[in-house]
Amino acid sequence: MAASTPVAPAGGPAGKPPAPGAHDAGAPPRRRALLHRLDVRGAPYAFVAPFFVVFAAFSFYPLVYTSWISLHRVELATMNVMEWVAFDNYVALWEDERFWNAVGNTITLGVISTVPQLLMALGLAHLLNYRMRGSTFFRVAALTPYATSVGAAALVFTMLFERDFGMINWMLGLFGFDNVDFENNKWAAQIAISTIVIWRWTGYNALLYLAAMQAVPRERYEAAAIDGASRWQQFLTVTVPGIRSTIVFTIVLSTIGATQLFGEPLIFGQGPNGITGGADNQYQTLGLLLYEEGWKNYQMGRAATVAWVMFLLLVLVLVVQRLIRRAASRRSGPTRSIAS
Amino acid sequence: MTRNQKLSRTRITGTVSALAALGLIVGCSSGGDSGTGGGVKDGKVTITMGLFGVMGYKETGLLDRYMKENPNVTIKADVAGDEQTYYTALQTHLAAGSGLKDIQGIEIGRAKELVDTQADKFVDLSDVPGIDHYLPWKLSQVTTPDKKLIGLGTDIGPMAVCYRKDLFEQAGLPTDRNEVAKLWAGDWSKYVQAGKDFKAGFKGDQVAFMDSASGLFNAMIYGNSEQFYNKDGELIYQDSPAVAAAWDLASQAATTGLTAKLRQFQPGWDPGLSNSTFATTVCPAWMLGHITEKAGPKNKGKWDVAKAPKGANWGGSFLGVMEKSPVKEEAKKLVAWLTAPEQQEFVFQKLGNFPSSQKALTSPAVTGAEQEYFGGAPIGEIFGAAAQEIPDEQVLGRKDGTIKDIFSQGLTLIESQNKSPEEAWKTTDERIKKATG
Repeated sequence: MAASTPVAPAGGPAGKPPAPGAHDAGAPPRRRALLHRLDVRGAPYAFVAPFFVVFAAFSFYPLVYTSWISLHRVELATMNVMEWVAFDNYVALWEDERFWNAVGNTITLGVISTVPQLLMALGLAHLLNYRMRGSTFFRVAALTPYATSVGAAALVFTMLFERDFGMINWMLGLFGFDNVDFENNKWAAQIAISTIVIWRWTGYNALLYLAAMQAVPRERYEAAAIDGASRWQQFLTVTVPGIRSTIVFTIVLSTIGATQLFGEPLIFGQGPNGITGGADNQYQTLGLLLYEEGWKNYQMGRAATVAWVMFLLLVLVLVVQRLIRRAASRRSGPTRSIAS
Repeated sequence: MTRNQKLSRTRITGTVSALAALGLIVGCSSGGDSGTGGGVKDGKVTITMGLFGVMGYKETGLLDRYMKENPNVTIKADVAGDEQTYYTALQTHLAAGSGLKDIQGIEIGRAKELVDTQADKFVDLSDVPGIDHYLPWKLSQVTTPDKKLIGLGTDIGPMAVCYRKDLFEQAGLPTDRNEVAKLWAGDWSKYVQAGKDFKAGFKGDQVAFMDSASGLFNAMIYGNSEQFYNKDGELIYQDSPAVAAAWDLASQAATTGLTAKLRQFQPGWDPGLSNSTFATTVCPAWMLGHITEKAGPKNKGKWDVAKAPKGANWGGSFLGVMEKSPVKEEAKKLVAWLTAPEQQEFVFQKLGNFPSSQKALTSPAVTGAEQEYFGGAPIGEIFGAAAQEIPDEQVLGRKDGTIKDIFSQGLTLIESQNKSPEEAWKTTDERIKKATG
């Protein structure tokens, strides 16, 4: 370990060994050279190895085993009794309207939680980027919700959205509105759940944006200002393009997060309604469907099938996202080079 | 700090988060210690227990008393609030063979499933001395066909109706518990009729007659010896006249606005108790403790207990010892002591959990018991009479607990989502097929 530290900063061009500094006497030069090459070539692999070992044990193996289970009929109580059913579970899932309902809910919940969240994060980051008093405080404050556990946040929000004595309904009541049964109304429930997600993740994304914004060169703003661009125009034409890669990154992360949305609706529904995503499955996500099959119906084969389909959907979404990005950059490529 | 450093830092953060997220996509792993946590060390015995709800052993200090009387024994009890959560964890632990406690609680809705699929993981308790004090049907619910006994009974759930005297008075209904019981004696449809009278007579608003339609549904179902399954373990809910009658009446209550549209034991129900949004609830004996706690001192004396139209058993639990436990004998001894008639009497007096022991049932301490919070209601007498009406044979099914939850949700569809009873039945039927298939 210690021997490889001085190499790390110079590790860029891997083929070329860095100029040797002081020579120690003792070891034969050939062996030293070999060790050195091994150090330079092998060290990076040694460094990343722990992750991949852990990944293989806790992610790759379960992934493969899950696919094996999904081809069987297995109950949780008797995991050793596996009945081969080939792709029956997948066919049944395809024909199950709960699945399509869950896909729909996952998408709508994903959209109404991700879009406002990222827009708000962008705005928040822009505000935090101004020079102001106590900026550190605001930056830390923005991150606090992220540090709160899903359970605690969801529980508090569930109480706020409670039908008879919740604070939101109390406030609506002040304006003369009737109590809203958030849990039982499809869109109200989905908005309530999205609120929890937005609350938790906006600050986190804002800080990512902020970090990226600070890397945008000042000169560009100065140039834009000289050209007479207003603050809003600067934001649109300098800031947003400047942090484009970060925006894409947060979109990818949020998409993954939205696909796996689970804890918030589970806790929001409370008890049996949490597991099924409401009495009418009105906010059942794919994650909840998986949980229902596995830990309410105790059908591990069916649960594993949902897990795999979720994984495949995610891969599909990311591939589509890539294709769109590539197509978009190809189309906008030449014009952009002219503009800059 | 230079710009470059900042850039590279974001990139590193980005990469790390991306990799972490990649790890999250793929499956999850569950850890847990093998063994049960119990054991013998230096002559000291440690016994672990997994319990749920308010079984009363920790709450009334019985465990402390046992430890005082047996100084070499230490008991560690883990109490999960919600039975559904508890059972899900228990299933996972049973399947994984790790994370189990020495002693595990078993709820009646899960008894059949455990007897059918997990009996070999429990210790046979049929050789425990002095367990002939139970009601005739109690232990047969946790006995396998080859006579292995996987648990000892704790309480049973004879039912009554808890009602608000002050609200009944405002609605012009009788308030005396005997008069109230007469309103609906013998027939649950009279209970719904009383609800209609209540609704017509009650001047204020925001107060419903009952908390939820599913409470009524459960009460009617549990009065039958065959509920969702027949003796051969076949599902009969579709053709059972008892289920149909309960569904019809419960959906009638739901569609005529007699319910507060709450879900029992879920948020909203507790504030409903303390803020008086409903006037009655069907209450098994073990629910009294919950009402006392959640309705709070300000409603003391407003609640009372009247006999239900028909006797039925809702709930009740067992304690089993795990085969994996290194301290089986000590755990058996503890279970036998906790479920002995004297301790059942004690828990009843403290919390209202009704004894499953015939011997405890007939003791004066139980028959003469009164509940101060409920206006001095003679709960020993009321629930004792209800216990006598419980059918001697109750056919349990593997998925009773799950089916009960699905029916509750079906009724919620009618109550809160404006679905027609026919539509809700169809959905419920499909869901049960999914859950049992």
